[in-house]
Amino acid sequence: MNGTLQGSAQDSLILDVSDLSVAYGGKTALRNVTLNVVKNEIFGIIGPSGSGKTSFLKAINRMDAMTPGMSTTGNIRFQGYDTAKWRNLYSLRRRIGVVFPLPTGLPLSIYENVAFTPKIAGIHRKLELDAIVEKSLRRAALWDEVKDRLSSLGSLLSGGQQQRLTIARALSQDPDLLMLDEFSIAVDPVTTMRIEEVLRELKNEITIILVTNLVQQAERLADRTSFFLNGEMVEVGRTVDIFNGKASDSRTTDYVEGRFG
Amino acid sequence: MSSKSSKSGEVLDKRDLSWYVDRLAQALMFVGGISAIIFIVGIFVFVFKEGFAFILDRFDIVEFFTSINWRPTSVAKETYGALALIVGTASITGMAMLIAIPFSLGAAIYIGEFATGKTRETLKVMVELLAAIPSVVWGFIGLTIMNGVIIELFNVPIGLNVLNAGVILGLMAAPIMTTIAEDALKAVPDKYREAAEAMGATKWQVIRKVVLPAAKNGLVSAVLLGIGRGFGETMAVLMASGHSINIPGSPFDSVRALTATIAAELGETAVGSNHYGALFTLGIFLFLITFVINLTADRVVRGIRRS
Repeated sequence: MNGTLQGSAQDSLILDVSDLSVAYGGKTALRNVTLNVVKNEIFGIIGPSGSGKTSFLKAINRMDAMTPGMSTTGNIRFQGYDTAKWRNLYSLRRRIGVVFPLPTGLPLSIYENVAFTPKIAGIHRKLELDAIVEKSLRRAALWDEVKDRLSSLGSLLSGGQQQRLTIARALSQDPDLLMLDEFSIAVDPVTTMRIEEVLRELKNEITIILVTNLVQQAERLADRTSFFLNGEMVEVGRTVDIFNGKASDSRTTDYVEGRFG
Repeated sequence: MSSKSSKSGEVLDKRDLSWYVDRLAQALMFVGGISAIIFIVGIFVFVFKEGFAFILDRFDIVEFFTSINWRPTSVAKETYGALALIVGTASITGMAMLIAIPFSLGAAIYIGEFATGKTRETLKVMVELLAAIPSVVWGFIGLTIMNGVIIELFNVPIGLNVLNAGVILGLMAAPIMTTIAEDALKAVPDKYREAAEAMGATKWQVIRKVVLPAAKNGLVSAVLLGIGRGFGETMAVLMASGHSINIPGSPFDSVRALTATIAAELGETAVGSNHYGALFTLGIFLFLITFVINLTADRVVRGIRRS
């Protein structure tokens, strides 16, 4: 099994990455990655730190354009269109929601945190914003906890709540693709389970790339999992195969069974 | 059991060199820290003492705040109306802020958010250099260059006026305001910028909707400190304002500032005279104004830390 998907129509692909390399100031962080992501799947990326997982995400939403020293080669097609040719990167980023490892509530109210993206996209009608805020908070399983204090500061929420607020914010723009980068690093286990539940439901509507350092999390959630190591993608496979000794590379099996990393 | 841990606590409790050095260092730092308070109280006491006799004997608060007649050397009747001086100082400071606020905020945003690498470092050094220009040099520029420019440009008889002093003072206050405002922008964590950028916010949206609101308190205190600077500046204002007692009707009228009055007249008064006391009363008034402004700025900055 490899990065390309067999027997599926091109239009079911949301992301088609071929030969992607990422370097920072000439130092390669990721080498020749070829893989694709299918609509409505949860695509897991596992690997030890420094394996290039985050660089992969940054390349997808073209953060290289604003990260000094970062350069990419290769080809990334998002919704069938080469992202290198994308002229308005802001519009690309509005299609791709990102959740960072550490919860980042903007120093705004809870409401304004979630309304931020719709507002910058030009939605200003109160009713419409109210609806988006409620829907996004509900999807992130946060609505019931904060509905009575929407005007209080988002950065005052607990870590787990802030992470769900971040997810709500990422969902507020109705993205096609949601990328989560080790979202559970600063979140307690109970909240992690709740967020995982949220992701399973979201899968019906959007596509999710889940970068995680917890291999069991990938096992629980991902339809397919890829293993990154030292800036290379070792393999992509169905999660059931990867985690049941049917990985094609022995390093993958060693990693998921905890023999290194 | 090793012999080391079997020693009794009494033996182990020995004051060594580093203990004494620590004590000495603490004492020195304490003196350094407390001296700021000693000096400020000392100045306060001195200024009050010198003005106190005048305030008790001669001071007329109604005259001070409502009369424009500042005639301390009049033979017939001395009057000490400071209204024109207060209005003079306020109008110059107001004009200065009209110029300094857009300049300094623009510069701070450019340096803090847009400029990178060499441009940024060069600009920062330049701004700091600008802050180091002596005020008398600024006054000189007002007196010679600006004077002619204003006369030429606006076709007015005299170029030493509110506009001139305001422009000069604005340019003087802008560097320090820029530095403080840029510090406030720098204090906004990068993760906010990254989060907003990742959501598709443009550079300007990130600045307007995330960075500026987050840095609001620091920016307000930058402006307040600029105003404080404006009230206190003496030499440049003395040279560029025209130094004539006047309630200005337009930016082209000459005015006289509180500080300039003290600087120009103090040398010619007899110590202990009414005139001398009156100048110190102006000093007390200025002291109170800058005290209130700085206190407000401090309160505002504290507001940031709390949130």
